[in-house]
Amino acid sequence: MSPETAEAAGVVLEARRISKSFSGVQVLFSVNFELRAGEIHALMGENGAGKSTLVKILSGFEQPTSGEILLDGKLVTLPPNGAAEALGIVIIHQEFNLAEHLTVAESLFLGREVTRFGVLDRKFMRAEARRVLDLLGCRVDANALIGSLSIAEKQMVEIAKAISRDARIIFMDEPTAVLSREETNFLFRQVRKLRDQGTSFVFVSHKLDEVIELSDRVTVLRDGQWVKTAPTAMLDGESIAQLMVGREMSSLYPAKTEPDVDEEIVLRVDAVSTDYVSDASFEVRKGEILGFSGMIGSGRTELMEAIAGLRPRLAGEVVIRGEAVPSGDVHAANRRGLAYMTKDRKAKGLLLNSGMAANLTLQSLDQHTRLGYLNPTSEAAALEKARRRFDIRVRDGNVVARRMSGGNQQKLLLAKVMETEPDIIIIDEPTRGIDVGTKQQIYHFISALARDGRSIIVVSSEMPEVIGLCTRVAVMREGRIVGMLEGDEISEQEIMRYAAGLKRMAAA
Amino acid sequence: MDMSVNEESLQATSHRRTWRDIDLRAVAPFAALALLLIVGAIVNPNFIGLNNLANVATRCAFIAIIAVGATFVISAGDLDLSVGSMVAFVASLMILFMNFGVIADPALMLTAAIVFAVAAGAACGLANGLITTVGRIEPFIATLGTMGIYRGLTTWLSQGGAITLREPAIQELYRPAYFGSILGVPVPIAIILAVTAVAAFILYRTRYGRHVVAVGSNSDVARYSGIAVNRVRTIAFVIQGLCVAIAVLLYVPRLGSTSATTGILWELQAITAVVVGGTALKGGAGRVWGTICGAFILELVGNIMLLSNFISEYLIGAMQGAIIIIAMLVQRSLVRKS
Repeated sequence: MSPETAEAAGVVLEARRISKSFSGVQVLFSVNFELRAGEIHALMGENGAGKSTLVKILSGFEQPTSGEILLDGKLVTLPPNGAAEALGIVIIHQEFNLAEHLTVAESLFLGREVTRFGVLDRKFMRAEARRVLDLLGCRVDANALIGSLSIAEKQMVEIAKAISRDARIIFMDEPTAVLSREETNFLFRQVRKLRDQGTSFVFVSHKLDEVIELSDRVTVLRDGQWVKTAPTAMLDGESIAQLMVGREMSSLYPAKTEPDVDEEIVLRVDAVSTDYVSDASFEVRKGEILGFSGMIGSGRTELMEAIAGLRPRLAGEVVIRGEAVPSGDVHAANRRGLAYMTKDRKAKGLLLNSGMAANLTLQSLDQHTRLGYLNPTSEAAALEKARRRFDIRVRDGNVVARRMSGGNQQKLLLAKVMETEPDIIIIDEPTRGIDVGTKQQIYHFISALARDGRSIIVVSSEMPEVIGLCTRVAVMREGRIVGMLEGDEISEQEIMRYAAGLKRMAAA
Repeated sequence: MDMSVNEESLQATSHRRTWRDIDLRAVAPFAALALLLIVGAIVNPNFIGLNNLANVATRCAFIAIIAVGATFVISAGDLDLSVGSMVAFVASLMILFMNFGVIADPALMLTAAIVFAVAAGAACGLANGLITTVGRIEPFIATLGTMGIYRGLTTWLSQGGAITLREPAIQELYRPAYFGSILGVPVPIAIILAVTAVAAFILYRTRYGRHVVAVGSNSDVARYSGIAVNRVRTIAFVIQGLCVAIAVLLYVPRLGSTSATTGILWELQAITAVVVGGTALKGGAGRVWGTICGAFILELVGNIMLLSNFISEYLIGAMQGAIIIIAMLVQRSLVRKS
């Protein structure tokens, strides 16, 4: 690392050459990271760059495959499952770890209740909770139920919990994702106050402006590798974005074929809103591959599920070939030839304890029934065909989905969706968690489907994927479509500018 | 070259899988049944006689048929606690209907009563299903509620006493439905086999059966696959109601009367039979034949205890309780191994 490391006194937590693999897939490659006493250190990177994994390793929730962790300059093995709290290391998760039915004071002391003669000393705990909340300038009542608090208040309670446990190192994973601007300002004031008292923060965020506003130093990760650590004052939003995405396009992708401008519009989405998405409009032509980019939580999946009828629409229209589709009706959308392929193949896509045939035909059983009787021969034939078409490689045809590799599961899921013979296919995260060879195959399947005259919407958090496959890319941010890029405009920097809120479509 | 190595390793793993692929959980209840038969034969030579076994099978008919319905509900990831009360309620309605005597001809009256009972069972099941799905109430709570309702209505109908079939002509006509036999096979056993065969066909060979298993094993996957989850669950409750009605059709000719205590704790016996038969209580794996086997095991244990001299038959309840715990432990250990 740079020479400044040597002179930097008061490094509280240091990671040296940390590597991490999950079931054979390496996600962190010899990453270095150091956190000084009383600093706010931002950890930046694209989705999948390895930020969350690094945070989990530094807080003990995961053990590194190799590498060392030093706490106060001493080599340590962090205890798992949150036991690192005893060492003053606290992680504040994106999803709160608060029980809705407890009061604020009870939450702060959960698991280390103070007792007098074996009876809970509620008075003391309330007073102590009050003291910590006041320290944060938080006016929440210590007797209020967690369930009655606003999200910002819950966030403050989480932080109060961390402080009341004498945390010296606090990890915050996207703490402002759910906060309004005022709430964010308030949170930042408290964070700065604590920093000045010597607490160290690791701040994971996608919001470039906030990172620049709050942090003292920035570390950027890309594809599981350390890219740069620098004082925030030396960087600006553009340069951080550049560092996050600066990567070469590879030849993973088949050649793009652009549909004619006068090609039929098969799907029109007009001002669709859900509880999260607002006013989304776009069109898809026959044979087009339209990309949807944006940060995790930008509302892409919600929008697609609303289009597919899996989630009710509050407003707006979905029109397939001139025919309006009723809200919240999967069958209606399916009948008109629209299919949605979920990004969550394990929880929403496949029956993990069932075999390939049962999974393949689940969505299209009508094709295999005669007078209500399921024809196993016809199902087996469909499986045989799908295995050849999508190159699903398993030796044992009776294997249950759980035992298949991620890549084969993904191909099976794609095959399952294609069994309904849709001509508009929404593919949410087509290649999440699969190896590069299978990725390439899936890109070619998608491209071939488009050449057949089917229209495809690819929702992806991996920018190269969207750029490599799509002829048009919509960018979403906070529930809105903020950009629609075409041709040469489609670049990682440009998408990042829209996704991070540095730029916005004029018409929106 | 890389490819060939890959193929080899695949082959190796597939070899190890072949014997593992025999689902031990599906086989376990039948193995347990075989073991019990051997134990029974050792305890008392009369036990293994065809007469005794046919007797046992006949006596388990009610629980077995109800449990077949429960297999659907449980496979779909739900639970029905109301079946015991439902038996009492539907049986009471049926007897009252026949006592009402609007139709003079006994055969016609009986036919009408049978149709009525089946409709009543289906309606009770439908009520359970709608309360659970449309009302979005946990099935445990929903059917706990209807359990009280059906039982209460029965008590009210019988005014705390018994409801007895009065017409001797119908009684005479109806008796063989429980006590008769077809080609030497007692009617209840024939009915068990017929109901189970139909249920197995529906569960394993129809679109609906596939949907039940999909909903029970992961309702999200089912929903994302365009399956009308609530309809599938509701129909499972209706099937349960129909099975209860069939059990009632066998029950009424046996005693010709019902009371407020008819069918008490049958729901627990039915659930026990289902679970002992290898169906996962959390849903997603239905085993109809296993369920029948489970029901038979429960009755058989009681029978062995009666015929043996060293365990009091008053401990039958405790024994059945122990069986369900043992069955779960065995199932779990089998899951871990595979």
